[in-house]
Amino acid sequence: MKRFIGFIKKEFYHIFRDRRSLFILFGMPIAQIMLFGFAITNEINNVDIAVLDHSKDATTKEIINKISASKYFSINQFIDRESDIETIFKKGKVKAVLNFEEGFSKKLIKDHKATIQIITDATDPNTANTISNYVNAILQQYQKGLNNDITIAYQIVPQTRMVYNPELKSVYMFVPGVMTIILMLVSAMMTSISITREKELGTMEILLVSPIKPIQVIVGKVFPYIFLSIVNAIVIVVLSIFIFKMPVQGSLFLLGLESVLFIITSLALGILISTISATQQTAMMISLMGLMLPVILLSGFIFPISSMPLPLQIISNIIPAKWFIIIIKGIMLKGVGLQYLWKETLILVGMTIFFIGLSVKKYKIRLE
Amino acid sequence: MNNNNVIEAQDLTKMFGDFTAVNAISFEVKKGEIFGFLGANGAGKTTAMKMLIGISKPTAGKAKVAGFDVYKQAEDIKKNIGYMSQKFALYDDLTVKENITFFGGIYGLSRKRIKEKSKLLIKELGLEEVENQLVGSLPLGWKQKLSFSVSLLHDPKIVFLDEPTGGVDPITRRQFWEMIYKAASEGTTVFVTTHYMDEAEYCDRVSIMVNGKIEALDTPKNLKQQFNVANMNDVFLKLARG
Repeated sequence: MKRFIGFIKKEFYHIFRDRRSLFILFGMPIAQIMLFGFAITNEINNVDIAVLDHSKDATTKEIINKISASKYFSINQFIDRESDIETIFKKGKVKAVLNFEEGFSKKLIKDHKATIQIITDATDPNTANTISNYVNAILQQYQKGLNNDITIAYQIVPQTRMVYNPELKSVYMFVPGVMTIILMLVSAMMTSISITREKELGTMEILLVSPIKPIQVIVGKVFPYIFLSIVNAIVIVVLSIFIFKMPVQGSLFLLGLESVLFIITSLALGILISTISATQQTAMMISLMGLMLPVILLSGFIFPISSMPLPLQIISNIIPAKWFIIIIKGIMLKGVGLQYLWKETLILVGMTIFFIGLSVKKYKIRLE
Repeated sequence: MNNNNVIEAQDLTKMFGDFTAVNAISFEVKKGEIFGFLGANGAGKTTAMKMLIGISKPTAGKAKVAGFDVYKQAEDIKKNIGYMSQKFALYDDLTVKENITFFGGIYGLSRKRIKEKSKLLIKELGLEEVENQLVGSLPLGWKQKLSFSVSLLHDPKIVFLDEPTGGVDPITRRQFWEMIYKAASEGTTVFVTTHYMDEAEYCDRVSIMVNGKIEALDTPKNLKQQFNVANMNDVFLKLARG
């Protein structure tokens, strides 16, 4: 036990004396959560739009006022000719143009029908789609106001309610993802690098010749990272609660336990990576390509799994991050407990046992 | 086992697939001896040594180190030997003192013992002024000497040195050998691999490995006589060229 404590102390010296790993450990989580929370968002806010108003009458003015009053849009400029539309899109600032046909108000009263064209810049399809939906919604509302006195015989009124994230904040989606990435990165990449570093330096050989047992070496190497990962998880949760007002509907205790489980899964992966790579560089490449990319692309963090092609949907099942994201979203946003999450938890436990078993086997082969 | 022998190997063999890295070598090393283990690169020195220090399992043959069997008692062997590898293997980002404390710790020395030892060791090596500096900032020669002293920290019966003087200047090499002599005079058996033939002259007995086999084993003096040459370099060349 005394050996073990000395070993852990040494590990902390390594970590705290290496600026690079310190930065990865503590700078990155904060930077990432801030970036994803503030800068990277798929909500739309104050999108610049232009208006081409051929009629310039009372109705179009009212509609324009309504639109510019919403927080989603700001009217950037008024144009006079159809040919200008192309020009301002090419400049890139304006994302949408509203084109009111001639005699809008008159037609509306006479024919009970007038047209407004919504042209969006679809180089970014998601934004274009959202803009057109939002404009539509504003128009619908305006139209409803006009029809107030008239009763329509048949009316279907959709009542949409967005549960668990009523304001559709994208930070709710990013926090679980960022937390997953960071825990994975710190646990898997940092441990695999720190173990391969001993191999590269030749100190691993010295350790294996000493009376300290291989299992003590490995546990001693990963232990500090368990501790640091837990600190990281706490920092992320605290930041998201206090800065981004992210709710934790479910039990904080369960969230903690599940996070520790995922940390251990990642550590097991890190150990596995270290057994198959001889140098720190290889370990880092494998961690980045083999873990980070799948976590970002295939875990359902950014791209919904249900809209992936079937082969990718199947592959996504073997990515531990996918299950962890489901778990934390469940706890934080839906407030569910283990009775709904036992399946995901069990999968993570299974994966962890598998990775540990595999690395023990690999490690033994290396010692032969 | 002869009480005077601390290492005994009999037909010790290591195969990697079809390749025989170490081919049925047999030898004994006596207590307090400086035993030179010579051979060209790839002759199988390091592989043979790894079997003796318990990090590689022999394919066949028998071996005892410090009275313990390499197959069954590797853990007991580890407590009784010191090892210094080819690569410099202290932690560059730990200070001199921290390195000593760490390695003393993993060999299970008590805190008090570590304190005494490290004080003594730092004084002997003349490292008082740099004891709180990171090892990475020291010149290579100092590091090698420190590394050797660390491998002796737990007073092992045998110390295995794998090409300990690679890449250091002649003066440091000289000082290094003085340290080896001192350790041997205090009763530690020294098992050293090298390919500097002048160093072979400093050993009590040397074995020369060629292609996995021990082709010669005797005192440097006898070997020179046997091959009728003036120095160990020529002995080696005669053997290696067949």
